[in-house]
Amino acid sequence: MWDWNYALDILPELLRGLQMTVWVTLCAFVVALIVGLLLAFAARSRFKPLSLITKGIIEFIRNTPLLVQVFFLYYSLPLLIGVSIPAFYAGVIGLGLHYSTYLSEVYRSGIEAVPKGQWEAATALNYTKAQTWRSIILPQAVPPIIPVLGNYLIVMFKETPILCAITLVEMMMTAKNIVSQSFRAFEPYTLVGVLFLIISYIASLLVQRLEKRMNLQRGQ
Amino acid sequence: MPNSWIDFLPTLLKGAEITVLVTIFSAILAIAAAFAAGLARLSKLWIIRTLAAVYVEVFRGTSLLVQLFWLYFALPFVGIELPKMLAAISAIGLNFGAYGSEIVRSAVLAVPKGQWEASVALNMKPWQRMFTVILPQATLRMLPPFGNQLVELIKSTSLVYFITMADLTYQAMVLRNNYIAWTTEILVLLLLMYFVIATLISVAVRLLERKLTVGRL
Amino acid sequence: MNTVIIDQQEALPSRSEGEPSTKTQPIVRYKGITKSFGELQVLKGIDLEIQTGEKVAVIGPSGSGKTTMGRMLMTLEEPTEGTIEVDGELLWHMQNKEKLVRADEKHLHRMRCNVGMVFQHFNLFPHMNVLRNVAEAPRKVLGLSKEEAEERAVSMLGKVGLADKLKMYPANLSGGQKQRVAIARALVMRPKVMVFDEVTSALDPELVGEVLAVIREIAEEGEMAMLLITHEMDFAKEIADRVIFSADGRIVEQGTPEEIFDHPKSERLRSFLQRFRSGGN
Repeated sequence: MWDWNYALDILPELLRGLQMTVWVTLCAFVVALIVGLLLAFAARSRFKPLSLITKGIIEFIRNTPLLVQVFFLYYSLPLLIGVSIPAFYAGVIGLGLHYSTYLSEVYRSGIEAVPKGQWEAATALNYTKAQTWRSIILPQAVPPIIPVLGNYLIVMFKETPILCAITLVEMMMTAKNIVSQSFRAFEPYTLVGVLFLIISYIASLLVQRLEKRMNLQRGQ
Repeated sequence: MPNSWIDFLPTLLKGAEITVLVTIFSAILAIAAAFAAGLARLSKLWIIRTLAAVYVEVFRGTSLLVQLFWLYFALPFVGIELPKMLAAISAIGLNFGAYGSEIVRSAVLAVPKGQWEASVALNMKPWQRMFTVILPQATLRMLPPFGNQLVELIKSTSLVYFITMADLTYQAMVLRNNYIAWTTEILVLLLLMYFVIATLISVAVRLLERKLTVGRL
Repeated sequence: MNTVIIDQQEALPSRSEGEPSTKTQPIVRYKGITKSFGELQVLKGIDLEIQTGEKVAVIGPSGSGKTTMGRMLMTLEEPTEGTIEVDGELLWHMQNKEKLVRADEKHLHRMRCNVGMVFQHFNLFPHMNVLRNVAEAPRKVLGLSKEEAEERAVSMLGKVGLADKLKMYPANLSGGQKQRVAIARALVMRPKVMVFDEVTSALDPELVGEVLAVIREIAEEGEMAMLLITHEMDFAKEIADRVIFSADGRIVEQGTPEEIFDHPKSERLRSFLQRFRSGGN
């Protein structure tokens, strides 16, 4: 049933695939962090058309599957702009954009949790808008949401197997390739599952510890 | 050759039917699993709590696509061959059930302690407290997060494309293979169809929520 | 399993000062009850008997453990030491062969038939309308038919003056109305003893009267024993057969309302009453 020799044989290859999985996750997370913040700003804009359009985009991206969005980036966008997009970039942009809409909500909740008095104090001290954001609001809004951001990093990590649909050779694709050569599916797919479980479990423990430490620092 | 994007609709609608079917059945399984695991995690017996916790950790810790592949491609090697539909429903339902169990658990814990006390004072049996007092109130709290999860579930049904089930995504990709020049139209149409389905469902959940809370809170 | 073995010798009442003459069989008997929450001991040995139909008011500063006394009788709080008897039978313990062990859910369920409780914060079921709030337990717990249960509920709601609010949900009632529904909900189970746990403390002052009027009416009917944990001194004086003053986890003084309010013996009670009279409520 379970062939240890075969499992050990394919493990190094899967671990190489795992490297790509981690790399694509981190790149996409950076995209999501930046775009998410921009979306959060735009959705708060006093200029109604901008905020409405932003909210519409967020709603649309959140209500359609990542898989189809990635297909669109990989197959359709090159036809529209006349430049082919490598699978890695399509994957990073797709995953990053998709989760930027979730992170924009997280930023929003962080920003809204900053007491109104902080804005008023900044105005009373005659800060500019940019100064207020940079030195008053964001330094208070971001730390409390770091654990939530960490959880989204884990969620994104678990979404990367979808990218094998556009032939990105991450861990899932590596397993699929192994299966197509050896015709043994049990060990590769089980190993992939176990590796995902180990990493996301450890990562979630780290996030929990971070959360506890931050709560202590804030004296809760 | 198609004359316009309208010509793709019949094929896509056929796929949408599968998508909706998978959604409904997985959602039913997910809700059942969520209640079972969520209540099991509050059990007095440690063995039941532990089993539920293991289920939740395993299904939340590995990714849905891996679970789907494992159920459909790996299980046959130990002699269990699931039909596509069953593999899809099991993977999606159990995966979302694991996430949903947290919703159930926290909603039950969020019911004020006074409600337990009042039901004890009226001499209700433990299961009566749960089913007539606690769960009806907790369920109301579960509705908004369950609604969000349902939208996520609809989106995730697109993964059955990987095991070549003829759902919306799969039909669209077949069309695209046949009419490469229409790639953009097909994919935009596909996105729009998912958007419509997901939006309809979240509106329906919100209406249900409003109807159930009317006059009570 | 959580097995508590009680030294029966120790559980016997150690003193019985100031008790009224035992004309009837007591419906409730606390013997050597203590309660600790971690390090904090809130009850330090309570001995108390309540006779059938007797109205006992418990007064005392907050934190004196008087609410805990009531909650124990309703099985919401387990005593750390000591025993409670209801209608001659142990509440929190049962005989298992030779030993006294902690009561199981089945035993508690049987014993709870005798006890009812009205809470400070009402604890009405927000997802049920007024009628169902009152009719639910008679149906589910007493096993009455829907018609019987509702008939009983309607007549009880009539008694507390809410016959016209049957279809309303708790969220749409005033505090006084909520508490009257809660009283009806407890009464409809026909307990032999009822705990009223500071039932007017969460109410706006102008709504207190309507709730007290309902309790007064119930008290006058006689049959049911009452344990009234309260801050309403005038009310306690008016309806109680006996008043208990508890402080720091002990019963400091007890007697008739006249003895307690007009001729307090202990310094502790005198200063407590003093503060109440000068500061109002």
